[in-house]
Amino acid sequence: MPFSDQVRARLDADADRIIAQYPGPRSAILPLLHLVQSEEGYVSEDGIGYCAAKLGLTETDVTGVVSFYTMYKRRPVGQYHVGVCTNTVCGVLGGNQILAELHEHLGVGDDEVTPDGQVSLEHLECNAACVYAPVVMVNWEFFDNMTPASARQLTDDLRAGHPVKPTRGPDRLVTWREAARVLAGFNDGLATEGPAAGPADLLGLKIAHEHGWTAPQAPGDRAPEPGPAGQKAGDQAPAAGGGQINKEPR
Amino acid sequence: MTDPLTPVLTADWDQPGVFTLDGYRRAGGYQALPKALGMPREEVITIVKNSGLRGRGGAGFPTGVKWGFLPQGDTKPHFLVVNADESEPGACKDIPLMMATPHTLIEGAAIAAYAIGASHAFIYVRGEVLHVIRRLRHAVEEARAAGYIGQNILGSGFDVEVIIHAGAGAYICGEETALLDSLEGKRGLPRNKPPFPAVAGVYALPTNVNNVESIASAPSIILNGADWFASMGTEKSKGCGIFNLSGHVTTPGTYEAPLGITLRELLELSGGMRGGRRLKFWTAGGSSAGILTEEHLDMPMDFESVAAAGSGLGTRSVMIFDDTTCVVGAVLRWTEFYQHESCGKCTPCREGTFWLVRILEQLEGGHGKDEDVEKMLDICDNITGRAFCALGDSATPPITSAVKYFRDEFLQHQKEGGCPFDPAASTVWSEA
Repeated sequence: MPFSDQVRARLDADADRIIAQYPGPRSAILPLLHLVQSEEGYVSEDGIGYCAAKLGLTETDVTGVVSFYTMYKRRPVGQYHVGVCTNTVCGVLGGNQILAELHEHLGVGDDEVTPDGQVSLEHLECNAACVYAPVVMVNWEFFDNMTPASARQLTDDLRAGHPVKPTRGPDRLVTWREAARVLAGFNDGLATEGPAAGPADLLGLKIAHEHGWTAPQAPGDRAPEPGPAGQKAGDQAPAAGGGQINKEPR
Repeated sequence: MTDPLTPVLTADWDQPGVFTLDGYRRAGGYQALPKALGMPREEVITIVKNSGLRGRGGAGFPTGVKWGFLPQGDTKPHFLVVNADESEPGACKDIPLMMATPHTLIEGAAIAAYAIGASHAFIYVRGEVLHVIRRLRHAVEEARAAGYIGQNILGSGFDVEVIIHAGAGAYICGEETALLDSLEGKRGLPRNKPPFPAVAGVYALPTNVNNVESIASAPSIILNGADWFASMGTEKSKGCGIFNLSGHVTTPGTYEAPLGITLRELLELSGGMRGGRRLKFWTAGGSSAGILTEEHLDMPMDFESVAAAGSGLGTRSVMIFDDTTCVVGAVLRWTEFYQHESCGKCTPCREGTFWLVRILEQLEGGHGKDEDVEKMLDICDNITGRAFCALGDSATPPITSAVKYFRDEFLQHQKEGGCPFDPAASTVWSEA
């Protein structure tokens, strides 16, 4: 059944904002699909029809795009979609075992949802967090350095509605639909929560500080010069617009 | 002589709140942009050319030269596209950079956009990293409010809009022309080249596509000068870069070092192999570059030396495996990845990766035939150089290099009727 007028009006307001960003309207198709996924939890025929009408495309065109990208789901997933990386580093370091144990623990196969609708499971390819292997993603937030036990506990907490905090992410986990809305381009106000970097990302920097190693001194005094204590020459940075210039670019 | 580690891009990652505008400015941020805007465009390009910066996304093409390919003085709109679709197995440098210091990328994008005369800068970030997308969007809003991007930036008369575009799950979109098709709202299929993006990129208009780390390197180069950057690294591989050490090392982590550092040096810094075990195989540039062995411990990790060893520096994604790891199983997983990510446009890649997986499954399970290894090499030979884009070429080095260094292990599976390795011994918790 197509979206009600009320839903359509709400989606239209968001969709128009998305489309207005792009020099070519069709570029809005990926965010629009994230948007309809945030509405229904997956990309339905109605969602496809909505995007097609909005962009003046055929439903076939839009379906062709949907089927190309793995983040669009054609069936409902859980409130919390759990992905276990089984690419080589994560898999060898234990991701394969984590995935196998979660399948058994949850009683669901790949791309299946627990009967309570809370958790679905899939295997992922590399999610760019290899120094934290084995890695699990929930609604596209990082859960680093997982073990079979911590992964089981994570899914238990998700199903029980206990608060869960990603390793490198905001202080709370948003739902699958809320995550899709962020992907569509809408802020949820959580950007400044969580750390700048995880410990493995800081390892080289920590060692450099311990040894007093830095990049070479730049000519003049302008270079940000990280010292052993993390002191920066850049502390004397001018405030915003301090370097304003009025030269016409060529 | 430069220090063994040279934090530049990573230098402020330990500063609390460095992902905000205030935090970035406290760390000296947004000093390069006014400097660049005060120069003629050609001069910005010349500085980046002279710095020797080569593309940090894997191909290693000189960044300044690429900027110079865009027409100057024409009337067409130009576009900058930042490839933030980091998905190469083993690569985790761009995603942490955008999480920690998104403003570095935005400052770099504004500088690059100015240099090439682009009205729009798209940051195409993979979708599977929600918090990174939040941070980027937040940074764009802050930067726009502060006048670093948008209309008439810093009073220069130059306008640039920065748009954060979230992908939706497709490794192929890291290939620059597939990325452009995806950005236009299509399936992410690679395009024929020529025309190159500099002539006909997104919307068939002049477009420059650069990796996150390349663009993020621009502010420090503009601020400190070409000679400063070129004083790091080797003669032909200048500057520093981010190295990710993952796998069976005592402390996996991220290191920013001059190009040319060796694995032996990096291993010493990271506490060596876990449990003092023996290094079996590793990658210098992600799975697409194929594997190396302990005979390459002292190979300088620069573009030339790694290529001379038959591999590639790629994205400096150093995945390390000890002697508990089955090389056949490792290569099977990588090959399954390439099969999964093959877009299906061209036959050698689509069919080739499918059959490579089938053969590797048989071999790993101990059901292989005598001729299977040769058959695999023959298929690899028919993919490499014959696929439509670099994904096909990337699928074969893991296999050809593994056969080169570990042919006996493929045969051993067959002889023993199964895998001789215990996967439990390779896990992180096996040593506990």
